[in-house]
Amino acid sequence: MSSYRLPKGGRVDRAKPLDFTFDGKPMQGFAGDTLASALLANGRQLVGRSFKYHRPRGILTAGAAEPNALVTIGEGGRTEANTRATLVELYRGLTAKSQNRWPSVDFDLGAVNSLLSPFLGAGFYYKTFMWPAAFWEKVYEPIIRKAAGLGRATYQPDPDSYEKCWAHCDLLVIGAGSAGLAAALTAGRAGTRVILADEGFEPGGSLLSETAPVGGKPTADLLANIVAELTDMPNVRIFSRTTAFGWYDGNVFGAVESVQKNTATVNPNQPVERIWRIAAKQAILASGAEERPLVFGGNDIPGVMMAGAMRSYLNRQAIAPGKSTVIFTNDASGYATAADLEAVGLNIAAIVDSRQDAARTWSGKARILAGAVVVDANGGKSLKGVTVLNSGRTETIEADALGMSGGWSPIIHLACHRGAKPVWSDDKAAFLAPEKQEGLTIAGAAAGIGSVEACLADGAGKAVAALQSLGFSNATTAFAAKADTATVSKPLWRIHGSKGKAFVDYQNDVHLKDLGLAVSEGYGHVELAKRYTTNGMATDQGKLSNINAIGILAEARKVSPADVGTTTFRPFYTPLSFGALTGASKGKHFQPVRKSPLHDWAKKNGAVFVETGLWYRSSWFPKSGETTWRESVDREVLNIRKNAGICDVSTLGKIEIFGKDAAEFLNRVYCNAFLKLPVGKARYGLMLREDGMIYDDGTTSRLGETHFFMTTTTAYAAGVMNHLEFCAQALWPDLDVQFSSSTDQWAQIAVAGPKSRLILQTLVDEDISDAAFPFLGAKEVSLCGGKLTGRLFRISFSGELAYELAVPAGYGEAIADAIMEAGKPHGICPYGVEALGVMRIEKGHVTHSEINGTVIPSDLGFAKMVSTTKPDFIGKAMLSREGMTADDRLSLVGVKPLDPSTTFKTGSHILADGATPSLDNDQGYVSSSCYSPNLGSTIGLALVKHGPKRHGEHVTVWNDLKNEYTKAVLCSPVFFDPENGKLHG
Amino acid sequence: MASLIACPHCGPRPKEEFTVRGDAGITRPAPDAGEDAWHAYVYLRDNPRGRHKEHWHHTSGCRRWLVVERDTMTHAVYTVTDASAPGETA
Ligand SMILES: [Zn+2]
Repeated sequence: MSSYRLPKGGRVDRAKPLDFTFDGKPMQGFAGDTLASALLANGRQLVGRSFKYHRPRGILTAGAAEPNALVTIGEGGRTEANTRATLVELYRGLTAKSQNRWPSVDFDLGAVNSLLSPFLGAGFYYKTFMWPAAFWEKVYEPIIRKAAGLGRATYQPDPDSYEKCWAHCDLLVIGAGSAGLAAALTAGRAGTRVILADEGFEPGGSLLSETAPVGGKPTADLLANIVAELTDMPNVRIFSRTTAFGWYDGNVFGAVESVQKNTATVNPNQPVERIWRIAAKQAILASGAEERPLVFGGNDIPGVMMAGAMRSYLNRQAIAPGKSTVIFTNDASGYATAADLEAVGLNIAAIVDSRQDAARTWSGKARILAGAVVVDANGGKSLKGVTVLNSGRTETIEADALGMSGGWSPIIHLACHRGAKPVWSDDKAAFLAPEKQEGLTIAGAAAGIGSVEACLADGAGKAVAALQSLGFSNATTAFAAKADTATVSKPLWRIHGSKGKAFVDYQNDVHLKDLGLAVSEGYGHVELAKRYTTNGMATDQGKLSNINAIGILAEARKVSPADVGTTTFRPFYTPLSFGALTGASKGKHFQPVRKSPLHDWAKKNGAVFVETGLWYRSSWFPKSGETTWRESVDREVLNIRKNAGICDVSTLGKIEIFGKDAAEFLNRVYCNAFLKLPVGKARYGLMLREDGMIYDDGTTSRLGETHFFMTTTTAYAAGVMNHLEFCAQALWPDLDVQFSSSTDQWAQIAVAGPKSRLILQTLVDEDISDAAFPFLGAKEVSLCGGKLTGRLFRISFSGELAYELAVPAGYGEAIADAIMEAGKPHGICPYGVEALGVMRIEKGHVTHSEINGTVIPSDLGFAKMVSTTKPDFIGKAMLSREGMTADDRLSLVGVKPLDPSTTFKTGSHILADGATPSLDNDQGYVSSSCYSPNLGSTIGLALVKHGPKRHGEHVTVWNDLKNEYTKAVLCSPVFFDPENGKLHG
Repeated sequence: MASLIACPHCGPRPKEEFTVRGDAGITRPAPDAGEDAWHAYVYLRDNPRGRHKEHWHHTSGCRRWLVVERDTMTHAVYTVTDASAPGETA
């Protein structure tokens, strides 16, 4: 048979043919096809090779559990490996490739692995690891990697976009089969906010392939009516192509929506996939049930298919499974498939039913072999026939298709994502999850219900109960209560007497003997057996295989499946693409970029930028002819100390502090005194952690009686804000104090150097002479003849006469331009954080290189700043601990090489002169270092035992990483202008 | 970890908007409470199985510090109150 598509019937739209390719071969399907159904329609049953043994494999299911039909979709950056052909909606221009085959799926050299199969059994990986490690790495792993595996990811970037969204509803219904539709309809009619999520491209679930009438009416009409009514309800949202993949705390569900995975022409303005986080007040899990395969020899030969899948392909896409079909079942659903096949005139060679009392109600043509089993399916790349064991005699039946049904397992994954354990039910012959958990009710086939009418009633009734718990008392069931007419058969876990390999886990090539081996070798516990055999791993996570494996382990251990139990269900229910998980957080959107209001000013002045956290800060400003960063930095430093420089300091954290208790509050969060700071003055402050270590430093100015302006270091801006808020809200809520971060509101410009006052005075309307505006002055000023108001601070990090001028962010560039213009005759230059760093080291000013979480104020020479009179401040109590007063604490000291032509690196350790390099002899370490163009030498700040008492002592600076030793001398950390003459100039 | 926190000021918000500081069941001692009290406050923490009060900061929301009482085992959130509320002061 070249085409398996029947001339009429099904839900496909024959007026809309869709061209696609499989392994490069052009094919055609219809709108309404999945890739799997379209491949079947084109006579393509063999679609892949198995993981270990490279056995030919065909399409086994029609849904999410598909273990075999994994294909690679798309080209280039859109290549997507391991997609289940059963879930791929066919579209025009789709390109699909089979996987794990070489050179082709029809002729695969890797199939030689089948000959090696004795070596690839259960525990193979573990046993092989016992061999010499080199043997594994050089011999086995490369061979296995080449021979075993799934599809390959592309190395090209994904050109598409993805997004993440929130959704909220009263009732979330997961699954749009009979129970889900009934629940959604019930809740929709009650006027509640409903989300109905379903993985298919068309709502209906198993109703889409149901032919039996419901309540005397054709199923298709019932389905169409429900969907039409739901679609018209403004309070109901139907999310098609949306798989709910996890249930999380707070009754939040994760779902992934395929937005544009069904087209070859992607609209770049829309995401291709969208992750939803759905906050549901109540939810109903109506995820249906999974049909179990039967475990007999050759149950993986292409042509063997789940009976329910066969029925789905027949009724939805008008696909005939073959010319002659055998049904092997221990359950009523095999008969439904047989009846539908016969109804369209297809031949059923036999119905093999393992039950002795089979099929009293069968009225079809096919003969029934009751109490018989298929022991082996025969064939290679396609099914040729089956061997049936019937009352002790074997019989061979020719067939090119075999539909199998081993009963149904409720799909309870999501209900077990938050810790609930599945419980074995002898009545239902299935593992069931607790039917009602807080916020989640299981309905329909997922709750073990069999018949369609009972599922409709169950979904409707459970929706009413869920809504009543939310206070919606007006909800009435859309379908009246109905008893379940379905019967449950005793499970048939395995067939005895098979000659061929009987597969349990298709995707991992785990067969019956592997599980037997696991039990006999002591790995019969369900969790151990999973790891030992790999049953239930890989992309399908054992959706088809787990329950059979549990049953087989139970039989082998001679216990009930209840005693074996299940492995743990964890999100995600089905695999998620990395693209969806990443969402918009990729490329330049991976993290925000923070740019100072003076960024463009710095850029046009030629700045080289450096990333500091999220910020881009100007690092230095090379002039033409300068070839190294050091040349630029040295020039900037020398020019500032001689003339003037301008630097962007806008990235410092800025916090406005208001309230009548603001001064008292600052007095408690700083270790030094702030209560009596006069209005119009700035003060350097040290903030401690509660353990006494310095947390952050900065200047805080009093701009009014009840208004302070705090600056923090760039790195700790957010942390300090959180800390202040904690202190104010959680520790001292009785204090009247409020905070507002204004980091982004102000452009802040440092102007430093002996000519800085001269330059700034041309812009500032007020007198800023030393008398009128002395060191540590802080006040609001008028600029440019009253055109603008700014804040001026006379503070200095460089040790020069210096100011910081803050203006509203939008005016930053204009003011910086004006300062540059005014400074031109005085030789002003822009400078960056490198020059700033050199000048602060020259002055012995500390940063977070020294404030590294291990230092207390006295370690940095700030002992006198710590108030002894304040009753309390953060860190006070712990500062008096024994270790904090030890006299050999690492303390701040300067260090410079004896020979200025030698140098050392930050992080190097200090050894006493002549001491053997060892950690025992370690005296401390260099915390900051740079080349000082003013001293013509490398200089450093170091934290050294007894540091302040050792000025003048010769030491060795030891860099063990580079095996470098530099003779050096300890000295005052203030290398430049120790009298602060320039600062007060 | 809860997915949603019902901020008393902002309503239910995703947990990503919050920053967890830790145990809210401890009270900052008086400055002269002595070394043992301070050592316990700064360094010693219970790690309870079950109900636990913690300080959560609504960092990307109202910026209030909250006391969240939650179950470390079931992740259920029992109460969320403002940290400045009477009886919650740390
Ligand atoms: Zn809030």
